[in-house]
Amino acid sequence: MNAKQKKMLIRIIVTAILLIVFNFLPLQGVYRFLAYVIPYWIIGNDIIKKAINGIKNLRPFDESLLMAVATSSAIALALYQQAHGQAGDYTEAVAVMLFYQVGELFQNIAVGKSRKNITKLMDIRPDYANIEKDGKNEKVNPEQVEIGSIIIVAPGERVPLDGIIEEGNSSLNIAALTGESVPKSVKAGDEIISGSINLRGLLKIKTTKNFESSTVSKILELVENASSRKSKSESFISRFAKIYTPVVVISAFVLAVFPPLFRIIFTSSPALWSEWIYRALTFLVISCPCALVISIPLSFFAGIGGASHAGILIKGSNYLETLSKVKTIVFDKTGTLTEGVFKVNAVHHNKINEEQIIEYTALAESASTHPIALSLKNAYKKEIDRTRISNIQELSGYGVIAKIDDLQIIAGSEKLMEKYGIEPIKCRSCGTIIHVAINGEYAGHIVISDVIKKNSAEALHRLKKLDIKNTIMLTGDMEKSAQKTAESLGIDRYYSELLPDDKVRKVEELIDGKNIVAFVGDGINDAPVISRADIGIAMGGIGTDAAIEAADIVLMDDDPLKISTAIKISKKCLKIVRQNIIFAIGIKLVCLVLGAVGIANMWLAVFADVGVMIICILNSLRTLFTGGKD
Amino acid sequence: MKKSYKIEVDCANCANLMEEAARKTQGIQNVCVNFMMQKMEVEFCENADEKNVMKEVLKNCKKVEEDCEIFL
Repeated sequence: MNAKQKKMLIRIIVTAILLIVFNFLPLQGVYRFLAYVIPYWIIGNDIIKKAINGIKNLRPFDESLLMAVATSSAIALALYQQAHGQAGDYTEAVAVMLFYQVGELFQNIAVGKSRKNITKLMDIRPDYANIEKDGKNEKVNPEQVEIGSIIIVAPGERVPLDGIIEEGNSSLNIAALTGESVPKSVKAGDEIISGSINLRGLLKIKTTKNFESSTVSKILELVENASSRKSKSESFISRFAKIYTPVVVISAFVLAVFPPLFRIIFTSSPALWSEWIYRALTFLVISCPCALVISIPLSFFAGIGGASHAGILIKGSNYLETLSKVKTIVFDKTGTLTEGVFKVNAVHHNKINEEQIIEYTALAESASTHPIALSLKNAYKKEIDRTRISNIQELSGYGVIAKIDDLQIIAGSEKLMEKYGIEPIKCRSCGTIIHVAINGEYAGHIVISDVIKKNSAEALHRLKKLDIKNTIMLTGDMEKSAQKTAESLGIDRYYSELLPDDKVRKVEELIDGKNIVAFVGDGINDAPVISRADIGIAMGGIGTDAAIEAADIVLMDDDPLKISTAIKISKKCLKIVRQNIIFAIGIKLVCLVLGAVGIANMWLAVFADVGVMIICILNSLRTLFTGGKD
Repeated sequence: MKKSYKIEVDCANCANLMEEAARKTQGIQNVCVNFMMQKMEVEFCENADEKNVMKEVLKNCKKVEEDCEIFL
C-alpha cells in the first residue's frame, strides 16, 4: 500500500468507528444531523470536491458527482423526514459513501498489484551494462553504450545489448524472451541477444547494436504499447458507459418525479415524495459503470502479459480479440511446419559426376540467402570462389541463371527448364527438385528435402481441438512433397508450386469478410502475406526485424505448438471479458429493477456496485495464468 | 518529436480524462496515455518548447483530475 492508500484506509476505519459509536449515542434533533456530517465529511470530502470540479469542467455524469448527489440528497431527505417527526436515517448516506470508498480503495490496490505483477512478468529491461575501463568494471546505463564497445556479463546478469561473444562460454536462460526453459549454450563467436540471462561463465561481448535497436528494447516497446490499441470490446464498453450513465440518471429523475405526480393527479392518494426520491437515489448509486470500465482493459492487459511470458508477443488487444475468432489458419510450409533446414539428399540422372553438379549449382546459387541455396553451399563444403561467377540472374520462385567458368548454368524448377526449351526428367522422390542444365543441355537434378518439425503434427491436432475449422498449407514446393507433408500432418487442404504473389492471392481469396483468416509464416520471405491476413503470425521472431514489423503476433521461438497456446489464451481472455460484461450488466439491471419497485435499498445498491467490481477484477486476473503450461 | 513520460494516475477513466486534457494543450500534436503502463506518450508540434508545453499539460491535467502526476 502506498501513502495515498494508507491515508484512505485510515479515513475508512475512522468513519466506520464513528458510525458505530453514533449508533449507540442518544443524539437528538440538530445535534444528530451535525454529528453525522462529521464522518460524512471525513469519508466523502474528496468525492464532493471532485464532483464540484466535474461541474466546473462540464462533466455532468461524472461518477463522483453521482455519488455526491445521491448521498447528500439522502442526508437532506433524512433531515426532512426528521423535521416531520419521522426517524431520519443518516447512517445510510454515510455508509454508502463508506462502501463506495472501500470499493475504490480495493480497486486501486487490486489494479496496482495486478499491474505490477503483469509488468514484472514482462520486465526484461536490463538496468546496467558493465564496461571495462582501466582494468576495472564500471556500471553504466545501457543507453550510453556505443556500438562496438566491449561489455562484460557476469553469471546471473542479464545481457543488456545485442552483440557477438568475444570471449567465454556459457549457457543462457532465454525463457523471458521465448518461453523456452531449456538453456541455450553459447561460445565465442556466437551472436547473443539482449534480455537473456547468463547462467554460468563470464562473457565478454562486443556490441553490435545500441540499446534502442537491441532486441530487448524492441520487445518491450511492442508489449508496452500493445494495450493502447483498443479492442472492439473495449470500445464497446466505453461507448456503453457513455450512454448507460445518462440513461440511468434520466430514469432516476423520471422515477423521482412522475410516479408521485401520477399519484396526486390520477389516484388522489398521498404523493410519497420521499419514498420515490429515495428510490431514484438508489438508481444513482447503481449507475456507476466502473466494474466494466476497469475490468475489461485489465483482462486484455493480463492476456497480453501472460502471453508475453509464454514467448508470444501480441501487438494489441484488438489482435487478441480477432485471434479468438479465427476459424481458418493458413500455414507457410518451409520454416513454419518444417525445420526449414534443407539437405541435399540425392543427385539423379546426372550426365557429369555428382560433385561437379553440386559445385556448379552451389556457385550459381551463391548470391541467394534462401535455405535451399544454403543447403547447396553446405553440400559443396568448399569455399565459394566468387571470381568464377558472373551474370547472376535470379528469377524469384523459379531459380537462377549464371555464368560459371564460361558455362551457362540454369538451375531451378521444371517450369524454368521448360521456359528455356529444355526437357527435364521428372523425379519421383519427394522434396524440392533442382533441375540443372549446362549450356542449354539437361545435366540432371538435385533432390533437396526438408524435415518436418517434431511438434507440427501435435500442433495441428491441438488446433483442431480448439475449433479451428480449416487448416491450409501454402508452399512453393512441388506437388508431391507438399502432398506428403500435408498428409502426414493432417492438414485439410494444400496449395503447391506457388510463387510469393500467389500466396498473397490465395490468402486474399480466403478472406471473405466473415471468415477470419490467420497466416503463420517464418517472416523471412512472406512478410506481404503476413500483413495481408486478418491476423499475421510470425515465427521465430528473435532477430528478424521484418517479422516483428509485419506481424500482428510474434512467436519468439519457432515451436508451432505456440500457435495453439496463443489461441487458447485469446479464447480464455475473451471468455472472461464476456463473462464480466454479462455479469456486471446483468447484476446492475437486476438491481435497477429491484430499486425501481422499492425492494433494493441503497445498501444493496452499493454492495452490488462494489461487489460486482471486485468479482470482475478478480475474474480478469485469471487471464494471466493461461500461458506457459499446456 | 515524440517523448514518453512516467505518470501516476489511479483510475482508467481518469487516465482517459488526462489524455483528453493533454491533447487540447497548445503545442501538442498527439497524446496517448497508457494507464496500465502508467506512461504518457507525447508527440509535440514542430518548434514547440517541450518544457513549457509539458508544464501546461500538467496544469490542464490537474484541472480535470486533481491527484494525477506527470514526472517531468
